[in-house]
Amino acid sequence: MSRKILEVRGLSRIHGKGCPLCTQHTGPEFDTNICPFCGSVVAAHDINFDLYRGEILGIIGESGSGKSSTVKMLYFDDAPTSGQAIFFDGAEQHDLFSLNAAQQRSMRNKRFGMVYQNPHLGLNFQISAGGNIAERLLMSDLKHYAEIRRRAGELLSRTEVSLARMDQNPKTFSGGMQQRVQIAKALATRPPLLFLDEVTTGLDLSVQAAILDLILEIQNELDTAMIVVTHDLGVIRLLAGRTLVMKHGRVIESGLTDQILEDPQHAYTQRLVASAL
Amino acid sequence: MTQAILTIEDYAKTFHLHERNKDIPSASGVSLSVYPGRLTALIGPTGAGKSSVLKGIYRTYLPSSGRILYRSKAGNVIDLAKAGEHQILELRKQEIGFVTQFLYCLPRKSAIDVVAEPLFARGVDSHEARGRAEKLLAQLAVPSHLWNVPPATFSGGEKQRVNLARGLIAQPRLLLLDEPTASLDPATTERVVEHIQSLKETGIAMLAIFHHPDLVRRLADEVVELSPPIAVTELSKD
Ligand SMILES: Nc1ncnc2c1ncn2[C@@H]1O[C@H](COP(=O)(O)OP(=O)(O)OP(=O)(O)O)[C@@H](O)[C@H]1O
Ligand SMILES: [Mg+2]
Ligand SMILES: [Zn+2]
Repeated sequence: MSRKILEVRGLSRIHGKGCPLCTQHTGPEFDTNICPFCGSVVAAHDINFDLYRGEILGIIGESGSGKSSTVKMLYFDDAPTSGQAIFFDGAEQHDLFSLNAAQQRSMRNKRFGMVYQNPHLGLNFQISAGGNIAERLLMSDLKHYAEIRRRAGELLSRTEVSLARMDQNPKTFSGGMQQRVQIAKALATRPPLLFLDEVTTGLDLSVQAAILDLILEIQNELDTAMIVVTHDLGVIRLLAGRTLVMKHGRVIESGLTDQILEDPQHAYTQRLVASAL
Repeated sequence: MTQAILTIEDYAKTFHLHERNKDIPSASGVSLSVYPGRLTALIGPTGAGKSSVLKGIYRTYLPSSGRILYRSKAGNVIDLAKAGEHQILELRKQEIGFVTQFLYCLPRKSAIDVVAEPLFARGVDSHEARGRAEKLLAQLAVPSHLWNVPPATFSGGEKQRVNLARGLIAQPRLLLLDEPTASLDPATTERVVEHIQSLKETGIAMLAIFHHPDLVRRLADEVVELSPPIAVTELSKD
């Protein structure tokens, strides 16, 4: 069995009507992602990478560079303008953007997990923390109330949310605690692939550290492949083995994370790393 | 002598700094070999590029030229200068270790877990992994009351020993050591020396930089002297 779990080729997303010149007149050399002719936004263009089982890939770049756009397409939150993504799931192989809506929903609910920066996107604030996880578990094979409740409890304690809070609404939780519930929910179906978009941004440093620790522990225990989006070099240093650097919708550089940090090749990455020192 | 595990042919590393439009050479014309059960020491003045050689092998730096031929466990010869990223990650996990001067680790992890981590990554049972970590920490004289504490608050020398233990625990086939004893007292340095000697007996190949000439004399089987690369060339600006 190949070690590859995801193969992304030529992934692109243009917002707006688009014109033949959009991609030729945007990007790092033009210092913009907005087409000067038609005003469309080239959120991501020609993204290529392979992800292996159990590997953590970092995507780093400034605000608006296309990090979230890339991940959103893979999680079916948004549809690409062009490009392909093949998901290798055991012996099966899925061409993600050729799946129909029902197949995409099932993939998203059972085989992928997502943790958003904004807990409002990942959690349902009408129901309890345990309920959020139960919703997800119902989509897998668990059907019995007691079993679902037990498993939800397990997931919450694994992500260090006190069981006393299981029946409380996550709206009342601290930011760090909300992220833990999101992680528990994302892990409910034991997906082989997890997307994390700025999950520690805006949290206190000590809370950030504990969440990063948790993410690595989970990766170790479950061998989950992850794509970690962040603008924080410290986060990729701790989590990611390889990293893509994005700017104006393009991947301008990719490499082993320590190499990106200690021997950046692109002028932009050199500035990014220097400014973080 | 047995076959070399690593042969470097004419390695050079030059950094191109876009902002200043400058090329900065950090190593050039480096050729050397490393053998199983033997230690090759890199010597030379500051700026001679000793760390740049180790980082080029580990691919923390992208080599600018030259070949870095590694003979893998499976018997293949791999040019580390050109190998794919996934292949490098796999070699780091299974075969090539690097003890750097700095310890990056997660703030919550205990010293034992930090040391045991390379074993966890290889799928070794966690009980066994922790047991081996404890043994190694004891050998390197890290006081036992620190074992369950995260290394963030440790002294420089304590951190260095944790870092060393982490690099040694998985018994890589090729071990790169960048001043492993730089901030250790004489007694602890002695422990490390003994440990390195015992590693040689197990057949591990080592390429090392030592702070003290005395350690080179005691531990090195081969010595390679580097001299600083030719001065910085200013590129024309247009
Ligand atoms: N629905 C949309 N309509 C129009 N433009 C969009 C849309 N979604 C994203 N964009 C634009 O695409 C570009 C990339 O956005 P994206 O959210 O991927 O950036 P990011 O790298 O995640 O940034 P941040 O670090 O701020 O989260 C931005 O210029 C953004 O304004
Ligand atoms: Mg974003
Ligand atoms: Zn256009």
